[in-house]
Amino acid sequence: MLTLLLILLPIAAGVLTLLSGERLAKQVALVSGLAVLGVSIATWLQFDPAAGTQFSFKYAWLASRGISFAAGIDGISLVLVLLTTFLTPLIILSAFNHDYRKPASFYSLILFMEAALIGVFTATDAFLFYLFFEAALIPVYFLAAIWGGENRLKVTFKFFIYTIFGSLLMLVGLVYLYYQTPGTHTSEITAFYALQLAKPVQGFIFWAFFIAFAIKMPLFPFHTWQPDTYTESPTPATMLLSGIMLKMGVYGLIRFLLPIVPGGMETWGTMAMVLSVIGIIYGSIIAIQQSDMKRLIAYSSFAHVGLMAAGVFSYSINGLQGALIQMLAHGINVIGLFFIIDIIYSRTKTRYLDQLGGITQSTPHLSVYFMILLLGSVALPLTNGFVGEFLLLSSVFQYDGWLGAIAGLTIILGSVYMLRMFQKSMFGPRSKWVEGFQDLTMSERAVLLPLVIMVFWIGIYPNTFLKLTEPAVSQLLQMVNN
Amino acid sequence: MYPIILLSVLGVVTLFLGFSKSKNVLLPAVLFFLVLAIASNFVEWNKGPLLYFYDMLRVDNLTLAFNGIVLLSAFMIVAISGGFQENPDSEPAEYFGLMLFSLVGALMMIGFEHMIMLFIGVEILSVAMYILTGSNKRNLRSNEAALKYFLMGAFATGFMLFGMTLIYGATGSFKLSHIHGFASNIQADAQPYILYAGLLLLLIGMLFKVSAAPFHFWTPDVYEGAPTIFTTFMSTIVKTAGFAALFRLLNTSFSEIYGFWWIIIATIAVLTLLVGNIGATSQNSFKRMLAYSGISHAGYMLIALTALTKPSQNAIVFYSLAYSLSTICAFGVLMLVSREKTLEGQPNERYEAFNGLAKQNPMLAFVLAVSMLSLAGIPLTAGFWGKFFIFTSAADRGIIWITVIAVLMSAVGIYYYFRVIISSYLKEGDLIKIRVAPFYQVILLLATFLTILFGLAPGVFEGLL
Repeated sequence: MLTLLLILLPIAAGVLTLLSGERLAKQVALVSGLAVLGVSIATWLQFDPAAGTQFSFKYAWLASRGISFAAGIDGISLVLVLLTTFLTPLIILSAFNHDYRKPASFYSLILFMEAALIGVFTATDAFLFYLFFEAALIPVYFLAAIWGGENRLKVTFKFFIYTIFGSLLMLVGLVYLYYQTPGTHTSEITAFYALQLAKPVQGFIFWAFFIAFAIKMPLFPFHTWQPDTYTESPTPATMLLSGIMLKMGVYGLIRFLLPIVPGGMETWGTMAMVLSVIGIIYGSIIAIQQSDMKRLIAYSSFAHVGLMAAGVFSYSINGLQGALIQMLAHGINVIGLFFIIDIIYSRTKTRYLDQLGGITQSTPHLSVYFMILLLGSVALPLTNGFVGEFLLLSSVFQYDGWLGAIAGLTIILGSVYMLRMFQKSMFGPRSKWVEGFQDLTMSERAVLLPLVIMVFWIGIYPNTFLKLTEPAVSQLLQMVNN
Repeated sequence: MYPIILLSVLGVVTLFLGFSKSKNVLLPAVLFFLVLAIASNFVEWNKGPLLYFYDMLRVDNLTLAFNGIVLLSAFMIVAISGGFQENPDSEPAEYFGLMLFSLVGALMMIGFEHMIMLFIGVEILSVAMYILTGSNKRNLRSNEAALKYFLMGAFATGFMLFGMTLIYGATGSFKLSHIHGFASNIQADAQPYILYAGLLLLLIGMLFKVSAAPFHFWTPDVYEGAPTIFTTFMSTIVKTAGFAALFRLLNTSFSEIYGFWWIIIATIAVLTLLVGNIGATSQNSFKRMLAYSGISHAGYMLIALTALTKPSQNAIVFYSLAYSLSTICAFGVLMLVSREKTLEGQPNERYEAFNGLAKQNPMLAFVLAVSMLSLAGIPLTAGFWGKFFIFTSAADRGIIWITVIAVLMSAVGIYYYFRVIISSYLKEGDLIKIRVAPFYQVILLLATFLTILFGLAPGVFEGLL
């Protein structure tokens, strides 16, 4: 029942936040987010990595069609649920210094988003997965469209249509697979795993899922919605999109594409791998040229997800383990970086590197947090980024030496744009935009400190999380290879 | 069966009540008898199949399900009409009488077992609707719409009648069961061309009535020109009855020659999806957009007809219900908003009329948003499951290509439905607080509640039919 609690609690919290009135909304939301995190940690403590899917529930939903309201948690689900529940209260807290209008609606949408995300990561019925996959889009759409920047209407509309389009293609694939299950049909994901599909059919199914997940991550060339949406969204929405929602796409590759259409992967996997690597390089090169810090991190995020996808497509235990640990690391680093940019923007009213400089003279603490999170992003040893990056690059290299070498450029390129950003904003002569820059507030430190702790925890002792996912990953690969 | 008798009598009585000076009694009386009709409708649940009027009308669970949808829709539409008290020119007794007669026609279409009964039902429904379309006597647009509707409708009815005649010539009967008997005895190598021609003509006539492409072109003008309350009636009750009749016709009598007609319906379904969805994207009038999107919804339901499986039956029933609930909400909110904002002396039915709706009228904005989400097929609304059942019925039959096209057209639909949500929630407007009658509010919230309920618990109906 822990899984059901994890899904229902944020929904109840969202309703409670909505009803609590504008004055108390943020506090109610924060306490609720922490409560969900508590349940998540309790789940973790009771979790046995070797035991497969646990804490499952299953209720008949459309019994005559074999469709259930069913969810459970295996190692892959668990790390993503932990990530989601860990980041959500931090995202809520990051908004505390802003006076977003209609705070009851704002914070409740964040919690509804959390519920949908947890639903995605735990659903064991394919149509329930689909429902949460699409439902996750609605709260973040409204967060971005109502509280976003000047171009928010056009930008978020494009994002919404694009993403829905991908979801609908996946729905066709799911419906098809559903009707391939023998006897009275079922939509249990494990039943899809057991199907023996002909090669051409696998190609079709591959594309139906690949496009949906590629848009969600996003993967080159399905990324065109992303930089504008990240930039125009209020920072909490950007954090939800980049820190967690992006992971839905990678999760989908692991949960659906790999086990269901290995033949399709065999046919199209190289193409997908090449697209992933192109995304890495392309995103990095564009990031180097950016002056808007938020847009820079958006492209950085795009580059990182390319590497995660490449790891998945490498079809290896290193690739999958690397992708999973990197999803954790990326979620933590990207949210921290977006938050720091938000802090800078709220005090200086600019995000342009040309206009910034010398911030470290006013607030050395911000500088330290910034540097740590930044080093995590560039995968310095002993930081969280290093472990995943190493596993991913080694898996891509084993897949194809040239692609691995090209992908490895991400470390150099990442260092270039990240250190350039740091240097131009924090060092150098103090610009007039930066005058009067106040030091960090208590709530700001309360967000950054847990993130920095996680940078080092994962960096120094990654096995805390790798051991959770390894049995599930091994089982998955074993099933695929038979 | 009881609703037909009850409402026929009520229609006649209503006309006579029009002579009395007191018009206030009309609305509650009609609503009361509609509730009675709904209740009496389900008296025969699980008792079927029953045959009446020399086996010309059939009552089974499917009949009662469709009856339930149109009766519920009628109740809601009559309720939001407010008894037509707003306009001093209106003739509420005549309007209610004609609506009730039209409703009887719909019930006959749903329950027909004999093609003459289908013809009579279509005509009773249609003639009443022609008059109601033109009921805004001083509005040229309304007059024009009525004339157009009448000419197109009469034309379509002619096709139907000719088709029925050929079918009679081929099979020797107007009864569905006899036609089925004939069709199932066709020799493997025989080509019953007269039967094929008759069916084709009959289908053309019926497809006119449900505004499927390429027989759709009357729809946008008629929907836009008619008073909105009657547009609501047309897009819900008329469409539901049309599809119920089509399903019964094809499923009962012509399933044996499925190989002949399925590709025709499939092609028309695709064409309808394209015309409806692409047409809707270019509209600036909300009402006209709903007309085109109504065409597209006919396309989705034609997909279920193409599949013609047991799940198709459930799909059409569920889809009709979801579509009707959302459409009543959409037009209901439009009626309130458009009369508050006028454009050149006429109600403003363009998208920008909704600008800023959420700020001053959050309840109306929410009702409208949920109806748009449901029509778009977004999860957590009944509309999602309606589309899901349509898609799965096509996949069940193995027609995957039509599912792909339908899915792509769904994405197009999201574009124009979200324009409304964007106007309501994200754009500034000078709308003031709109006064909504309490009963009106209850109806809108009830429909919205049902839309969400069926979105969360689609299994409520399963196993019923």
